[in-house]
Amino acid sequence: MFDSLSERLSGIFDGLKRRGALKESDVSDALREVRVALLEADVALPVVKDFVSRVKDKAIGQSVLKSVTPGQQVIKIVHDELVAMLGAEASGINLLGVPPVVILMVGLQGSGKTTTTAKLAKRLTEKEGKKVMMASLDVRRPAAQEQLKVLGEQIGVKTLPIVAGQMPVDITRRAMDAARLQGFDVLMLDTAGRLHVDAELMAEVKAVRDASQPLETLLVADSLTGQDAVNVAKAFDGEVGITGVALTRMDGDGRGGAALSMRAVTGKPIKLAGFGEKMDALEDFHPERVASRILGMGDVVSLVEKAAATIEKEDAEKMAKKMAKGEFDLDDMRTQLRQMSKLGGVQSILGMLPGMGKIKQAMAGASIDDKVFRRQEAIINSMTPTERKKPQVLNASRKKRIAAGAGVEVSEVNKLLKAHMQMAKMMKQMSKMGKSGRMPMMPGAMPPGFDKFLP
Amino acid sequence: MSDTQKKSWFQRLKDGLKRSTGAISTGIGNIFTKRKLDDDTLEELEDLLITADLGVSVAGKLTKALAKGRYDKEIDEEEVKTVLAAEIEAMLAPVAKPLDVNKGHKPHVILMTGVNGAGKTTTIGKLAKQYRDAGKRVMMAAGDTFRAAAVEQLVVWGERAGVPVITKEIGSDAAALAFEAVERAIQEGVDVLLIDTAGRLQNRRELMDELAKVVRVIGKKLDGAPHDTVIVLDATTGQNALHQVEVFKEIAKLTGIVMTKLDGTARGGVLVACAEKFSLPVHAIGVGEGIEDLQPFSPRDFARMIVGLE
Repeated sequence: MFDSLSERLSGIFDGLKRRGALKESDVSDALREVRVALLEADVALPVVKDFVSRVKDKAIGQSVLKSVTPGQQVIKIVHDELVAMLGAEASGINLLGVPPVVILMVGLQGSGKTTTTAKLAKRLTEKEGKKVMMASLDVRRPAAQEQLKVLGEQIGVKTLPIVAGQMPVDITRRAMDAARLQGFDVLMLDTAGRLHVDAELMAEVKAVRDASQPLETLLVADSLTGQDAVNVAKAFDGEVGITGVALTRMDGDGRGGAALSMRAVTGKPIKLAGFGEKMDALEDFHPERVASRILGMGDVVSLVEKAAATIEKEDAEKMAKKMAKGEFDLDDMRTQLRQMSKLGGVQSILGMLPGMGKIKQAMAGASIDDKVFRRQEAIINSMTPTERKKPQVLNASRKKRIAAGAGVEVSEVNKLLKAHMQMAKMMKQMSKMGKSGRMPMMPGAMPPGFDKFLP
Repeated sequence: MSDTQKKSWFQRLKDGLKRSTGAISTGIGNIFTKRKLDDDTLEELEDLLITADLGVSVAGKLTKALAKGRYDKEIDEEEVKTVLAAEIEAMLAPVAKPLDVNKGHKPHVILMTGVNGAGKTTTIGKLAKQYRDAGKRVMMAAGDTFRAAAVEQLVVWGERAGVPVITKEIGSDAAALAFEAVERAIQEGVDVLLIDTAGRLQNRRELMDELAKVVRVIGKKLDGAPHDTVIVLDATTGQNALHQVEVFKEIAKLTGIVMTKLDGTARGGVLVACAEKFSLPVHAIGVGEGIEDLQPFSPRDFARMIVGLE
């Protein structure tokens, strides 16, 4: 979601990097562009001003301008400041309290509270082994309580039975009692969406807070929010007192300015990030990774983690063994193609790799998408096991049959075989390097110089 | 629900928009008591417009228009506001067009689209009630077959408005439901058919393809339908709204915009940028949760409220 911002910034920085020596005016010009880029990314104006002035103070110092690589120095300062603004380290959900620990979800209408409540409940249940109960206090939106109940059934998390006509504070008390009596570890309270300027409803949520004494009060906020993000975050923090922010719709193509602003104005960490409608599309928020992504330096750590979580361990071990021997047949290629799509497709992988922003753009322009990989898989699927093990047996008539089976032209089959040959060749080289003790260039390796900027 | 407290609609609009404009108008007041219109002042003014989500380019345009012939001259707050309001109104005037369901289509089909949480279902519910009160035969179709309890939400609106709602179970094909709804609406001689859709982010291609299919299928059943394909924009959304409109327009052939949630502090300035870039009609604005809080869009009021003029 940070693509557009990172594109803009990397353009600005390319200009800086090319220069040997930087004058003060060069830095000022670049920062003016940074300012516009951030504003267009919906970063709140006071936050932008503050950010730019801090970067300027540091960047115009003598040491930077006289250093050998002034452009890179400026980028490093921008990166460090971004991380500082987003919150230096990731902070998780606090569950250290006497059970039932209460998590209160608040926010504007339509920010995604109910969905986020269910996602977090699922995660706490499955990953942390907690016994979780959810209760909807939304007595305003038609069928809101019903929505949470249905989600609870989907994810296998208990919800407080709905009693028609009960008011939020009463529901809260009933939920507290039920959770205590039935031995729940965590009670999640989903509230109605409310405007931060609606005094009556803000009073209601305060009453709920007082009745439930939550350990976490999370402001659920849409990452597509504009300049108003500051007012919303300030008001909710001031009135209700929040402990953190959950950003939703991070899978959108917004530029993420709200993420930068909310943390900056409240000083409260962004704890969670929602990436889609599926119930497991909720991730921890890692400030330094997001900062790197914004600057187009990629998010290698996330990619590796994602890979570790999705790629079957057995597959990986089998693959590693084969790679060590320098073997790579079409079966292996198919496994890789499948893993790619499990990782969220090539676009999402490229987005996480350093310096790939531009390639990703070019690919989007040429409309290369995951369909290509599906087609390639279809071609491999149309082969016999023998053909997959020994591609050299493939003659013209076999290729024709395969093409017909996969519904493609023979030329596509040839293209795939060529790609496979190149990959096999690479594998062979890598296995040789591995034996000689030199580590091969892995996907996580960064272009020279960039490693300095990652923590 | 605030249905009980009856205020004139202008009062509601004003109340709704007043909170939206508080900050910017005090801001202008702070810059100008009476001072010279120089570069610094203009930059501050541009910044203020940016905080109303007008975007860097529209804000720049507006300040340039203000500076024309006034640069380096003494100017006071009132004049700045008046000039800005006039400029904004001029940009919005051509796009203010209420939804017209009296064009002789029977049924007149309106498809409601937008990203998640923008307020599609609520807007449909309000429109249904308004048309019903105007004596139309109305039908709604619960086309959000994805989100849990979205169907129930519309059914409640149906009861409130006294309007039948066509439903299918969660997970069914949205296009099939739309098709069936149009068929029923034709059979039963309905005047207005309002079709809800599931919220979708514009960068999710498979979901946008699904929406394109819904539009296609409706057109197959009834020539020329949907007669209006409306995007619901959340006023708190920033510059991303421009991209939302761009993509939905391309894929779902949008014919108009409704902006919701203007009763907060969000100023919805991105609507001005949208008007400038796409010239799509703006049909209505939402300034509250009550049925009567869905108001026709008045460029003059909107422009004056944005800069804080009474």
